[in-house]
Amino acid sequence: MQKIGVFVCHCGTNIAATVDVKKVVELVRYEPGVVYADDYMYMCSEAGQEKIIEAIKEYGLTGLVICSCSPRMHEKTFRACAEKAGLNPYMVEVANIREQCSWIHKDKEEATKKAVILARAAIAKVNLNTPLKEGESPVTKRALVIGGGIAGIQTALDIADAGYEVDIVEKEPSIGGRMSQFDKTFPTLDCASCILTPKMVEVNQHPNITLYTYSEVEKVSGYVGNFDVDIRKKARSVDFDKCTGCGECSTKCPLGKIGNIPSEFDRGLRNRPAIYMPFAQAVPAVPVIDRENCTYFKTGKCGVCAKICPSKAVDYEQQDEIVTVKYGAIVVATGFDIINLDKFGEYAYNESPDVITSIELERLMNAAGPTGGHLERMSDHKQPKDIVFIQCVGSRCDSEEKGKPYCSKVCCMYTAKHAMLIKDHWPDTNITVFYIDVRTPGKNFDEFYRRAVEQYHVNYIKGQVGKVKPQPDGSLLVQAADLLDGKQINMKADMVVLAAAIEPNPGVRKIATMLTASIDNNNFLTEAHAKLRPVESPTAGIFLSGMAQGPKDIPETVSQAGAAAVKVIGLLAKDHLKTNPCTAQCDTLLCNGCSTCANVCPYGAITYEDVQVNDHGLRETRRVAQVNVALCQGCGACTSACPSGAMDLQGFSNRQITTEVDAICR
Amino acid sequence: MKYSYYPGCTLKNKAQDLDKYARASAVALGFELEEIPEWQCCGGVYPLATDEIATKLSSVRALNYAKEQGQDLITLCSACHHVLKRVNDDMKNVEDIKNRANNYCEFDEPYQGETKVLHFLEVIRDVIGFEELAKKVVNPLTGRKIGAYYGCLTLRPGKILDFDDPENPKIMEDFIRALGAEPVIYSMRNECCGGYTSLKDPEFTKTRTEQIFDDSTGFGADCLITACPLCMFNLNKSDAKSKVPVYYFTELLAEALGVKEGA
Amino acid sequence: MSMTELEKNIELIKEMSGSDPYKCMRCGKCTASCPAYSEMDIKPHQFASYIIRGDMEELVDSKAAWKCLGCFACIERCPRDVQPGKLVDATRQIVARQRGGDYLQPEEVPELLTEDLPQQLLVSAFRRYRR
Repeated sequence: MQKIGVFVCHCGTNIAATVDVKKVVELVRYEPGVVYADDYMYMCSEAGQEKIIEAIKEYGLTGLVICSCSPRMHEKTFRACAEKAGLNPYMVEVANIREQCSWIHKDKEEATKKAVILARAAIAKVNLNTPLKEGESPVTKRALVIGGGIAGIQTALDIADAGYEVDIVEKEPSIGGRMSQFDKTFPTLDCASCILTPKMVEVNQHPNITLYTYSEVEKVSGYVGNFDVDIRKKARSVDFDKCTGCGECSTKCPLGKIGNIPSEFDRGLRNRPAIYMPFAQAVPAVPVIDRENCTYFKTGKCGVCAKICPSKAVDYEQQDEIVTVKYGAIVVATGFDIINLDKFGEYAYNESPDVITSIELERLMNAAGPTGGHLERMSDHKQPKDIVFIQCVGSRCDSEEKGKPYCSKVCCMYTAKHAMLIKDHWPDTNITVFYIDVRTPGKNFDEFYRRAVEQYHVNYIKGQVGKVKPQPDGSLLVQAADLLDGKQINMKADMVVLAAAIEPNPGVRKIATMLTASIDNNNFLTEAHAKLRPVESPTAGIFLSGMAQGPKDIPETVSQAGAAAVKVIGLLAKDHLKTNPCTAQCDTLLCNGCSTCANVCPYGAITYEDVQVNDHGLRETRRVAQVNVALCQGCGACTSACPSGAMDLQGFSNRQITTEVDAICR
Repeated sequence: MKYSYYPGCTLKNKAQDLDKYARASAVALGFELEEIPEWQCCGGVYPLATDEIATKLSSVRALNYAKEQGQDLITLCSACHHVLKRVNDDMKNVEDIKNRANNYCEFDEPYQGETKVLHFLEVIRDVIGFEELAKKVVNPLTGRKIGAYYGCLTLRPGKILDFDDPENPKIMEDFIRALGAEPVIYSMRNECCGGYTSLKDPEFTKTRTEQIFDDSTGFGADCLITACPLCMFNLNKSDAKSKVPVYYFTELLAEALGVKEGA
Repeated sequence: MSMTELEKNIELIKEMSGSDPYKCMRCGKCTASCPAYSEMDIKPHQFASYIIRGDMEELVDSKAAWKCLGCFACIERCPRDVQPGKLVDATRQIVARQRGGDYLQPEEVPELLTEDLPQQLLVSAFRRYRR
């Protein structure tokens, strides 16, 4: 028989205001096995833990039930506390009477009743608990960073500088990401490539960093400290070792002159050849052949690039290659894109070439962009005199099919930046910004926006635009509201710039699924704790960096990238990790080898073996399930699927669970 | 192919052209319009409050009749199209309306939005196809620059009517192209003409229609087409300098198909 | 959740209109889109805030309630799914049902009729202007 101590936490008023904790103590005191019960203001505090330790010693407790917050919050704390007093940490059960009780109920009597029931269930379970021992697994001292934008670059550099090996997998032909498309950055207006390119070069030259560009993660297996990842290196059609990056092939590609392949990097504002580098400072400076568009790959004719390449680097026969690499930790830094604007027809984005997105404006203002940095309308190549910016296009939308419910966070600042840069270069431009709210929390951010108003005389109008109407004379009529002055405005513009909502890179869903990392309704990766574990995924060994986790600007991205790197370094610094002892076990006498469990196991932890069994004197060879405890995460899928009851989970045995249910239904 | 046909009150009176050219064109295009018997006026406006039932019943009866025939229900008038599709959506998706309407109507079996409501233009686009239409054109309207005037009721609310992109529709432009003419795209094409307010505020409607003519002719339109008798009325009442002729789309269709005379 | 009297009234308007005025974020896209803007003394975006404040009297007495064209532009473009046109319609219903007020009297009609006036116009006006 266990000797169980029950400890009921007030959590200040979080629990005590809705649950009568004293009554809970009184009612559970006489449950089977309970020899001690008490309550305290904050069980997790040092004094609270001291109380637990004393009780263990004084009453010779063999099991603990802590009635408190969610085990996700403090199970670790109380297990450590038990261990300190010489108790096996797996003899501790947490009854969640906060999140699942006090926080969601209003009626004190009802809540108290429920708290008692939850406590009883936990007590019943502890009665069947057995000491469990954590195993150990080695840590592969190498990290994988998925995504080679500023988030991935910074994370990789920080990990590499700490002395660990890092691989970056980037699906585009070059690293650099969105930031490499930008012209200047707020709030200091330094040139994006001037601060990004050196980092790209550093990544390329760092002895601890391996780059896989034009590559994608294809398969992930394993677990924290021991991931196996298949990386598909797409055929570049150019030999990495021979290519000198001279660019001759791109210049001579006949499709470059025909000009019907829109450049992804320039957001379709100009065209590119079929063999290309996305931009001049691309890292690595090795072109790729876009096989879908290349004449040679389509018809077998052409071959100009191979003929003229001075170093004979073009290789049409190259095949995709899959490499399998072991990692201890994985960082997701897959970044963002802007939403498709098809659903915002009222802004005439698809109708008028002079209605552009902010990223397109970045390219139009960039000296290396399609217009050499000269701002012009795509329709007639004239310099726009009147420019209208529309904020929140698709952000803060209630309707899911149209836009996103969140604030994209960066638009207010980059719009102020665009407005000032334009006024700096072409002071006789009239700029109007239609906003819903101007949101500028951040160091020197509001000052930056005010500068646009006060120094650059950018006209900020509170109100949305209802419609952009292309006019017969080639101008755009902007029909908008000025809510503060109570007017409907019809304003002519030469160019309209849309601050389109940002969204996580669409590829992230697939990656999150491979990693079993959770994502939210908007496809942003979920953090393990919104406040206290912001750069970790709830899945052990997976870390988050940059826009993949939520909208953020470059300074924030870089900070988060560093934070993710620290977490990775903290993991890689360990030689061994404790493994979860709550793994599945197979009773070979009950197992009939049906494979049901293997089919439902998400971790590939179950295999089959022929073993000799002695079934009540009957000796025979049977095919039975075997659990690889290193891979098993203790999810319990196999135990509920097993038709013969052979699979059981340590720490959550079928008996323990039915006993809990019985206690609840009692 | 046979369709149940709901003409609506105006097509029997002031908008007979919209109706008769459609009937003639349907024959030329190889489908049959069977006018449903004893149809009643849809009300012209989808009821303003969510709790109104009685004003939806005429639509429900028409929809149920088409269901009993096992036919899709065709309309031409943009107001009927709007009301029928929205009521049908209620009958499919709004439990309370569905129950109350069925209790009232006592059909042999409850109506639950089974009928597919199609605008005549949707039949051309989705069933016949614009390429097929182009092949059947005998008098191509070559050289004509036609502005499609959609107005409001054919397009919005886009999610329920599911007729075309409510902000940048192209069904009428594709239709114009199929007839051999050149569509003129202008941004006022889906803006309101003033609608029913012309009854009491005719001056206001005139400012609206003037903008529509200015914009469409500014882009070079030499005439406009519409599917709505009310738009037709308001546009015709305009004294805009830029005014150009306005036709029901079915009239140009009948002309191109060579069935206008004798229709 | 217990509600104030005001909240209960708003709940009724919510039910009648199928629109939730609390969702409005005051972006003004409705007002920007409204073709009847010049005719309206209370602007489309203000309908939500008037209702939330409980200033129904002013809405009911306004010219605006009768000037809406019912063109669905605000309904189509509202990013918050408030669809102010529905609130305008609800206001008309309140006038018609609770106050017996109608903007169009049958006696007026003969004078307004013209040779080419389509039936659609008459039925629409009756539906929109009266109970």
